[in-house]
Amino acid sequence: MNFDELFGHLGQHTVDGLAKGAIYALVALGYTLVYGVLKLINFAHSEVFMVGTFAVMGTWALLGATDGPSFGMVVLLVVAGLAAGALASGATAVAVERIAYRRLRRMNAPPLIFLITAIGLSLVLAEAFGLWQGRIVKGMPDVVRHDIWLTIGNTEISNRQIITVVAALGMMFALDRFINGTRYGRGVRAVAQNPDTAALMGVNQDRVIMLIFLLGGLLAGAAALLWSIRYGITKFDIGFLVGLKAFTAAVLGGIGNLRGALVGGLLLGVVEVYSATLTSSSWEDVAAFVVLVVVLLFRPTGLLGESLGRARA
Amino acid sequence: MTDILRKVNDSRQRVTGGIGERWRALPRWQRWLGFAAFVAFLYYLPYLGIPGLVWLRTDYISNGTNWASVLFICAVYVLVAIGLNVVVGLAGLLDLGYVGFFAVGAYSVALFGSANSPVVHMIQAQFGMPKGWAVAWAVCIPLALVLTMISGVILGWPTLRLRGDYLAIVTLGFGEIIRIVARNSEWAGAAQGINGIPGPQGAPSPDNHIFGLLDAKPWYWLALTVVLVMVFAVRRLENSRVGRAWLAIREDEDAAAVMGVHGFKFKLWAFAIGAALGGISGLLFASRQGFVEPLGFNAQLSILFVAMVVVGGSGNMAGVALGAFLLAYLPERFRDFNNVRVLVFGLALVLVMLLRPQGLIPSRRRARELKDRAEEAPVNVA
Repeated sequence: MNFDELFGHLGQHTVDGLAKGAIYALVALGYTLVYGVLKLINFAHSEVFMVGTFAVMGTWALLGATDGPSFGMVVLLVVAGLAAGALASGATAVAVERIAYRRLRRMNAPPLIFLITAIGLSLVLAEAFGLWQGRIVKGMPDVVRHDIWLTIGNTEISNRQIITVVAALGMMFALDRFINGTRYGRGVRAVAQNPDTAALMGVNQDRVIMLIFLLGGLLAGAAALLWSIRYGITKFDIGFLVGLKAFTAAVLGGIGNLRGALVGGLLLGVVEVYSATLTSSSWEDVAAFVVLVVVLLFRPTGLLGESLGRARA
Repeated sequence: MTDILRKVNDSRQRVTGGIGERWRALPRWQRWLGFAAFVAFLYYLPYLGIPGLVWLRTDYISNGTNWASVLFICAVYVLVAIGLNVVVGLAGLLDLGYVGFFAVGAYSVALFGSANSPVVHMIQAQFGMPKGWAVAWAVCIPLALVLTMISGVILGWPTLRLRGDYLAIVTLGFGEIIRIVARNSEWAGAAQGINGIPGPQGAPSPDNHIFGLLDAKPWYWLALTVVLVMVFAVRRLENSRVGRAWLAIREDEDAAAVMGVHGFKFKLWAFAIGAALGGISGLLFASRQGFVEPLGFNAQLSILFVAMVVVGGSGNMAGVALGAFLLAYLPERFRDFNNVRVLVFGLALVLVMLLRPQGLIPSRRRARELKDRAEEAPVNVA
């Protein structure tokens, strides 16, 4: 147990953890949105993220990205990457709903069936990219050069970390406003609260469900861009682990709760970094799951409770 | 596209529909006879040479795999599916970490039965046992059973109070924890695993003429026998007080509690029994393979297990056995298409579930539930 290292550089590890957790949180939102409305785990969401990373990679390659480009180029690459990632992920998410879920929804099938079709579809997506792009780790150019922007005490905060956290918080805020402040958001909340009553009130359920898949996909695409900036790699099966972590984060914060996804994601990132510092990085996944079990023991519906429709109606 | 699929499904129904009813309408002795013939056929399978059926064998294709080995794996997976069916199909608890129990079973025979395991070395040093001593295989079986049941209770005790999807993620985490602990712990052989795992004839050696490395047929017969015994046992359990309690919990836990069914207790039993079955299959798997490594027990395998149960028809033993057989056998048979087989497998999962959400051979009760749900389908989805 390396306590000296952890407490000696507590600020540094916290910042690292928050930056890591911000990406989890963005992906977790996709799980939480779908769960909040449909009460089912969208297992294929992990591959939605994976498709996003490949879209970012492809766009960067198309625009001729190189390591450490000029400032104007960085802005162009980031914006283009965001557009491509969000578009690809959003389209994939909507396609997943159309192919794997819509027919089953009409049949009112039990959740387990949705789980299996989603698993099948995520296998298809991952394997299709494995065949197309090869089953190897794909590197990306170092678009945003690592640079220390802020030093507080012995804590160094890099530009990537600031971008990641700020972008994640910004998108989270925008989503929160969208769900709580717009007409479409009211529809989403209505369906989450009670689908039948919402239908009687004239809410088009199918459109709302498509909307939440689209939103989840867009956020996963944004997460894919941040991931590409931060780690600069992707692989056909990258989705599984990220998806697992993000789902854990969603459950940790209270699945179905948007703010819960943020809290869960950030907390999970911090827990992972702390435990990796204390022991070794090979134990960080164990720590993440142990924290999950302990939290669920005392708060069986997650830290903030599950509520897309109920609490803030 | 779904319209075409529906048409295909309808024409299939005209051909195969009603087989179940006709089978159940047969007199008892004829059903027994049919069952006995089927069992005999299963035991004959490794020699399969009936003209017209030979193409089923996996060693008839280029770079095919040993047919009896594949059969053995199928039998092990069928056992896994029967165990998981107790948890998912009968008690209605979604367990995404079943591979954890499979791993505990495999590791208990590895840690105690192999002369190369750190645990055995520790025991040797502690009690002055001669070098090369290890716990006998026959003793490892009850040991594995006890250890897996304990791990089932350890997992179930804190988590069974959670409902539905929370349980799913916690069990998924449990499976991963077991694998990571095995990978990171020196006493469990760390990343390279443990070799020299014994079989029914003791530690692997060229003198093992029956349960050796080369010939997988006896292994298949052993596994098949275990499967048959377990099918019988679980069938008895299903029709007992415990089985009825599981059913009641699955349908409506609150209503069951009102009727005096102690939900937590029976759920824990389902976990422990399911875990024990997973443990036995893990033990068989490890004994045949002769070594274990943590990499083999990943979360994807867990998900494959759940897919076996659901595709086959959760709640029905014949169904889950068929599902397990198909999901283990088809990828082996189609090794020619090595690159696309997982892709096709995923597609098949989606298609089967869209066309037959109740599974290939559904449990009659489950199929009825599903129909009820469809009739009370939500409004506004025309």
